[in-house]
Amino acid sequence: MTDVSRDVVPLRFELSSFVNRSVASLYSHLVTRPTGQAVRLGIESQIGEIGALCVSILDFGQVAVLDYSCADETVAKLILRYQSDDRPADAYFVARGLAEHHLEAIEAVLERHDLALVAELETGPALLGKVDAEEHEVWRAVERLGRATRDDVAGYLGVETREVSRPLNSLVRRRVVLYREATGLHYALTPLVPDQ
Amino acid sequence: MKVITIPATLEERSFEDVVHALAGAEGGRVLFDARALRWVDPYGMLGLLAAAEVAGRGGDRPVLQLPQAAEVLSYLGRMRFFDHAEELFEMHGSPRRGRGGEAASDVLLEITPIREYHDVHAAVDRVNARAIEILTHQLHYPTKEAWQFGSMLSEVCQNILEHSQATGWVATQTYSRIPQLDRRVVKIGVVDLGIGFKGSLAGAHAARFGDRWGDAAALEAAFIHGLTRFHDPGRGQGLKQIRKQVGRWGGKVSIRSGTARIADVPDWDDTAPLEEKLPFFPGAQIGIVLPARSDA
Repeated sequence: MTDVSRDVVPLRFELSSFVNRSVASLYSHLVTRPTGQAVRLGIESQIGEIGALCVSILDFGQVAVLDYSCADETVAKLILRYQSDDRPADAYFVARGLAEHHLEAIEAVLERHDLALVAELETGPALLGKVDAEEHEVWRAVERLGRATRDDVAGYLGVETREVSRPLNSLVRRRVVLYREATGLHYALTPLVPDQ
Repeated sequence: MKVITIPATLEERSFEDVVHALAGAEGGRVLFDARALRWVDPYGMLGLLAAAEVAGRGGDRPVLQLPQAAEVLSYLGRMRFFDHAEELFEMHGSPRRGRGGEAASDVLLEITPIREYHDVHAAVDRVNARAIEILTHQLHYPTKEAWQFGSMLSEVCQNILEHSQATGWVATQTYSRIPQLDRRVVKIGVVDLGIGFKGSLAGAHAARFGDRWGDAAALEAAFIHGLTRFHDPGRGQGLKQIRKQVGRWGGKVSIRSGTARIADVPDWDDTAPLEEKLPFFPGAQIGIVLPARSDA
């Protein structure tokens, strides 16, 4: 367990059932912009009620069809909202239950908005979206270490500390790594969420 | 009364004959003579409904002389053509009602009005499982790619609601072969009579096109460059995703709007990628053809 985990509230959004609640229908398909908007507003509302640092699981496990428009409204706009300086709460996101056929839409919207998203795939944790090679390498190091200072990451990768500064800062800004200034520690997101 | 003879084969190309004849009708009542009709695809069926609506705008309800071929009548019935045609045409002849839906194995999605977002959900809900089965077993697409059909159908239907400011229809069907290609295909037709791409984009983009602005420029802007009337950078990507997917499958996607048509043309088809100065027809008409994999 990491020390920050005491402060983190894990939230799990099973998106298919969320659609049911949000648009009062029985769809297992995340399609259309209004559906995506409804799902996003529902998630934002629940995060707002928590009012604390939270890592939210976006669970696609029961979602059959995911179209681009809905992914744009749900995933991209959610990340954009909590990545902005005026974010309403300190929330992070981890995608779970993604099948190969979901990835096309998710990757497309992340790319379109220059975003990144941590996902738990069958093959293990993955960083989706528009991420350069250095960011990927540093992110994998943080995931492996669980929590780490800048020096720890550099030491793990066998490089100078200054070399990891830019990618680490970028990962923190894009909210795929959690940073606590008080301790100087960087946290991987996947260890902060409960197992499936 | 102006008589418009419906070609024996009614699909995207021959629908131009109907539009051309309709453009020359110059008001008055129109009779659509479909007695010789032998083969019709979703685009042709939806186009005929749209032509009826246009012909009826002058106040005179058009007449439809039904096809003589029993199998065509039966097919139109299974596609629920008559359910929609009776609202638009005065029908002469004897339509045979098909049961439609799951009972008709060759019908993937019968003619379905798209009036609101709920209809998009319903269409995807209705067609998804069967589409995956057809795309994997008959067109031999990988399962993970077949799943994209529902997403594509959703995007193309949303195009009606988001950009036409009107309602429209969608239909899809499988064929063992088509004239251009001796392979099994899935055809999707989506037709609306809304403001068209030029109307949708004019407010946001017409000025910078200057004299070039028109139906062809609007189609290029939307189809090639992903422009929309919205300022949101996430918008306008639905068509791009459709083109990407259809291209991956070696298929064809074309959009006619106003007086122009634009298309991604595969090597098995000889349609021009951009056609201009066509007879005006309102709204947008989208045709998609997904062929079976040739290496399967």
